Amino acid sequence: MADEVVEGLKTKFGDAIKDVYEKSRRRTYITVDAARLPDIAEYCYKDLGCRFQICTGMHLEHGFEILYHFAMDRADRIINLRVILDLEKPSIESIARRVPAAEWIEREMWELLGIEFRNHPDMRHLLLTDDWLEGNYPLRRDWKDWRGGEHDTSE
Amino acid sequence: MTPVNRTQIIPIGPYHPLQEEPEFFKLHVEGEKVVKLEIEIGYNHRGIEKLAEGLTYDQVPFLVERVCGICSTSHPFACVNAIEDVGGFDIPERAKYIRTFIGELERIHSHLLWLGLAGHFLGYNTVWMWAWKYREPVLDCFELITGNRNHYAMFKPGGVRRDIEDEDIPTAMRILDGLERPLLMFAKIAMADPVLQARLKNVGVLSYQDCVELGALGPTSRASGVPWDVRKDHPYAAYDKVEWDVVTTENGDVFDKVIVRVLEMLESVKICKQCLEKLREVKDGIDANYKEIPPGEGIGHHEAPRGEVFHYVRSDGSNRPVRYKIRAPSFMNVPTNNRAVVGYTVSDATITLAAIDPCYCCTERTIVVDVDTGKQLMGWKELLRLSQEKTRKLMEKYKSRMDRVWI
Amino acid sequence: MSLKIKALTKSIWVFHLAASPCNNCDIEILDLLTPRFDVERFGIQLVGSVRHADAILVTGSMNRKARERLKRVIAQAAKPCFVIAIGNCACSMEMFGKSYNQMECLDNVAEVDAYIAGCPPKPEAMIQGVVALIQAQLAALKKK
Repeated sequence: MADEVVEGLKTKFGDAIKDVYEKSRRRTYITVDAARLPDIAEYCYKDLGCRFQICTGMHLEHGFEILYHFAMDRADRIINLRVILDLEKPSIESIARRVPAAEWIEREMWELLGIEFRNHPDMRHLLLTDDWLEGNYPLRRDWKDWRGGEHDTSE
Repeated sequence: MTPVNRTQIIPIGPYHPLQEEPEFFKLHVEGEKVVKLEIEIGYNHRGIEKLAEGLTYDQVPFLVERVCGICSTSHPFACVNAIEDVGGFDIPERAKYIRTFIGELERIHSHLLWLGLAGHFLGYNTVWMWAWKYREPVLDCFELITGNRNHYAMFKPGGVRRDIEDEDIPTAMRILDGLERPLLMFAKIAMADPVLQARLKNVGVLSYQDCVELGALGPTSRASGVPWDVRKDHPYAAYDKVEWDVVTTENGDVFDKVIVRVLEMLESVKICKQCLEKLREVKDGIDANYKEIPPGEGIGHHEAPRGEVFHYVRSDGSNRPVRYKIRAPSFMNVPTNNRAVVGYTVSDATITLAAIDPCYCCTERTIVVDVDTGKQLMGWKELLRLSQEKTRKLMEKYKSRMDRVWI
Repeated sequence: MSLKIKALTKSIWVFHLAASPCNNCDIEILDLLTPRFDVERFGIQLVGSVRHADAILVTGSMNRKARERLKRVIAQAAKPCFVIAIGNCACSMEMFGKSYNQMECLDNVAEVDAYIAGCPPKPEAMIQGVVALIQAQLAALKKK
């Protein structure tokens, strides 16, 4: 069962599957090409019948990483799709229209990390106030505290 | 049913006493029907993920415990599962039973709390008082074993922080035995009361397809027949060592959500008792005493009372996480209100919004606006009154059948 | 003024204001109404509007979004009105003080009359805190 999933992905998506790390029987981390990610995510969700759990966005030294976590509940397994995005201009196609459950988390990753999700159906602030300084992303490693400074118009 | 006056504007008190933390719901109504729902959150956002990056692995469970106070053990449970997943660590068997026991006892207290609030929203204040009265011995049990009624601080990576003494087990058993009769009473009331049936059946229906598309979790999706339960699908701690069943129903309405929660409490009592029995025999220690977390990544999840809690941790071999991700179940459940509230009447809005058991509660900042004029019609207080008024009218209608229900 | 304060010390009507709490303090406050503690027998009840309140119970560490609302609510209250900080978060922001979404502590924004610490404070501690506040007010009146 373990190899079937990975082999199936490799057959269908070929080069787009860049690396496979089988950490254990229950955890598989697959690095994929960001351009093909929406198709692969839709395949996991629709064809493999996985449950979309959440995404984790990270700002690391080598780039922005996003992990898309999919649960294969019947198999006691979690498949994690990893993409690595450009440090200067992190951008990826949104999957929210294909996997409706991803709509909110993409909004959160945009506002906290500054990753652009192209063609998202409803991109706007989710957690932060609307007067949050534009271009200021708290979860980034080099976040600058702007509160109480010249741009802060709150009383 | 009190007719909704389009031109009337009622000022809202922004915070309602019975609601814990606010989300903001704006219901657009046409007459009595809700046609659109706007949801705004963020009133509870405290930047916990970033705070976790500055703490050591020993300190993180204390921080995440305070993500939510009602399911305050669920986040540490997922947290330690995630940290242990980084290195593939195992923990002593006794620790697994203690973790399972605490997790299930929390489910009982959380569902009883919800039952009480649901009763209040419907106008059954007696249900509220009784549910919270029977919740007190559960909190006493927590205090006996962990030292606190809430925020138990029991979990650490590698095991648990405190042991359960043998002499405390009979008291805990007695408390669990004492819960069975009240829980069966609540089940009976729900099944037999015609007013509750009239109020809750076919209200706020979420279909199987809705739940799968939106990734709804916990009783919210199990009430629609979706059998997702992390305890059965991805077993951890002692959940595969004790006998219990996943509770699902078919219709996906609010009534089913009530039934699922009541029956789940009975399953939890079963699990707790089995854990306590095992703790008399299994004595292999409560802490594996790991000193180092290797570089890597780990995922931990736990079936909290509201659904799956998901934690992810990235480690670089130092004693602090590089990245810590927390996803509470309400993050997936709250958007389902778009499908469960829209299309139903405004008097049912309170109970439908509460039916998913929102953990960042919630409905306190709810306002109702007229879809044509955009004028604000009512606030939370009035919505609550509308709901309670509807129950009162139904009680009048079913008066003759009511006398036989209450014992 | 002293008559108002004296009236405030009997049958206090409280308004509960949640400013980014984890909900634990809130459910312990609600617990006060339930049969084991039953503070309604002392005439203490929760009210739905801050205009009717004698005391405001504030929980939570007050993040950026909650701060604006909190200021407005406290301004709407009919004075005199006690502000009671319930729980470590309201008293001192607890472990959330360094977060990017926190602004400042509650007592920078409003004048706090009583601090009831704890995470969460037990219902008995809350009752004791309210009683201590009342006694302090009565003692201050006597001095005048």
